[in-house]
Amino acid sequence: MCLAVPGKVVTTHDADGAPMAEVDFGGVRKEVCLQYVPDVAVGDYVIVHVGFAIQQLDEESARETLANFENLGLLEEEFGDQMAQAARQAGIEEPRR
Amino acid sequence: MKYLDEFSDPDLARRLLDQIHQVTEHSWAIMEVCGGQTHSIIRHGIDQLLPDGIEMIHGPGCPVCVTPLEVIDKALAIAARDDVVFCSFGDMLRVPGSAEDLFRIKSRGGDVRLVYSPLDALEIAKQNPDKEVVFFGIGFETTAPANAMTVYQARKLGIRNFSLLVSHVLVPPAVAAIMESPTCRVQGFLAAGHVCSVMGTREYPDLAERYRVPIVVTGFEPLDILEGIRRTVLQLEGGRHELENAYPRAVPAEGNPAAREMLQDVFEPADRAWRGIGTIPQSGWRLAEAYREFDAEHRFDVDGIRTDESAVCRSGEVLQGLIKPHECPAFGLECTPRNPLGATMVSSEGACAAYFQYRRLDLAGAQR
Ligand code: SF4
Repeated sequence: MCLAVPGKVVTTHDADGAPMAEVDFGGVRKEVCLQYVPDVAVGDYVIVHVGFAIQQLDEESARETLANFENLGLLEEEFGDQMAQAARQAGIEEPRR
Repeated sequence: MKYLDEFSDPDLARRLLDQIHQVTEHSWAIMEVCGGQTHSIIRHGIDQLLPDGIEMIHGPGCPVCVTPLEVIDKALAIAARDDVVFCSFGDMLRVPGSAEDLFRIKSRGGDVRLVYSPLDALEIAKQNPDKEVVFFGIGFETTAPANAMTVYQARKLGIRNFSLLVSHVLVPPAVAAIMESPTCRVQGFLAAGHVCSVMGTREYPDLAERYRVPIVVTGFEPLDILEGIRRTVLQLEGGRHELENAYPRAVPAEGNPAAREMLQDVFEPADRAWRGIGTIPQSGWRLAEAYREFDAEHRFDVDGIRTDESAVCRSGEVLQGLIKPHECPAFGLECTPRNPLGATMVSSEGACAAYFQYRRLDLAGAQR
């Protein structure tokens, strides 16, 4: 949860008056709130933490970091099924949803 | 140097390390504040690549680890209610409360859901008007803007069945508390990069001056950490104590003004208890008066909870850098990620979990 991951803004839209975007994290796409980066546009890179962009980032740094995270398996940790991860860690069966 | 080829740029890593070795003449204890940095240091064996005189002390910057037991128990009491959908980030699931954890409540049929963003919890509230939807809002300054915006939206849209169980903590008061402690051994700090992405760096020059301690804002990737350490050692060997920003690509000096404005509107400073450490004055945020109706502690009667901390767990000493995880007698024996006695064994940012995951054999073996 502490991780902040760089991603690329793919599309933008408005949800209940909040500026939102679809952001691509090396293939995984998530809804991200752009409230705190008002100048960001489609094609820009942002650092995203728990669904919120907290800073803009240049493309080269963003790509490097993403490649690192991918190699380290951190993207799977961040965007994978957390309930399943917790169950695996606990060594018990996943609770039914 | 068996780990070096795992760095994204081994040549640069080698150069940074060579420089650190060249300039180091004395012994120094440097604390990385953030749990993400701890994880990275242990995972890549950075502490083992450093000169013998340089010790990395792991700081209290894992939000999951420092959330007080009382708040965990309140979360468990709320999550167990039939009328509640309890939403959380995944890392809180297995943090031990006095008697159990959120995962067990979920296994018993409690409606505990994991979300990626707090806004997802607000959406769940919109779709379930007959339920109380509670989000477990913990974290440092990096996470607070997300929770602030979510409560702001709840109020704006009139979503009254949403509330936040909030336990936010702040880095600068923790740095001060560590330096004030009579047992403090820390001589330099790597400050947490993404905290400063939000808050900027303006609070740190005073701390560096007051405690005569170098503070270097540092990122999380292995090369960032080496650069942060290199700059800290250069300051220490040169007798300097300043704020430096070694992570400018993500940290402008002013931080994120829009986020800071929202934080000021939604939160107000409050004393906070840190699990294993104790209460640090004005070290956190709670919801400001205008948002109090969205505070889960006000909405649900959860006062008077009696907490019961593990008598074995020494995570408080781990979080203050007084002992290393493997010096805890329960490490790897009674206490494992599968059966954690303390929060530091749960989260991937917790020092005990990081030691267990990456060093279990050599360290536990060397100890016993
Ligand atoms: S090893 Fe377990 S019991 Fe020991 S300090 Fe860490 S979390 Fe607590």
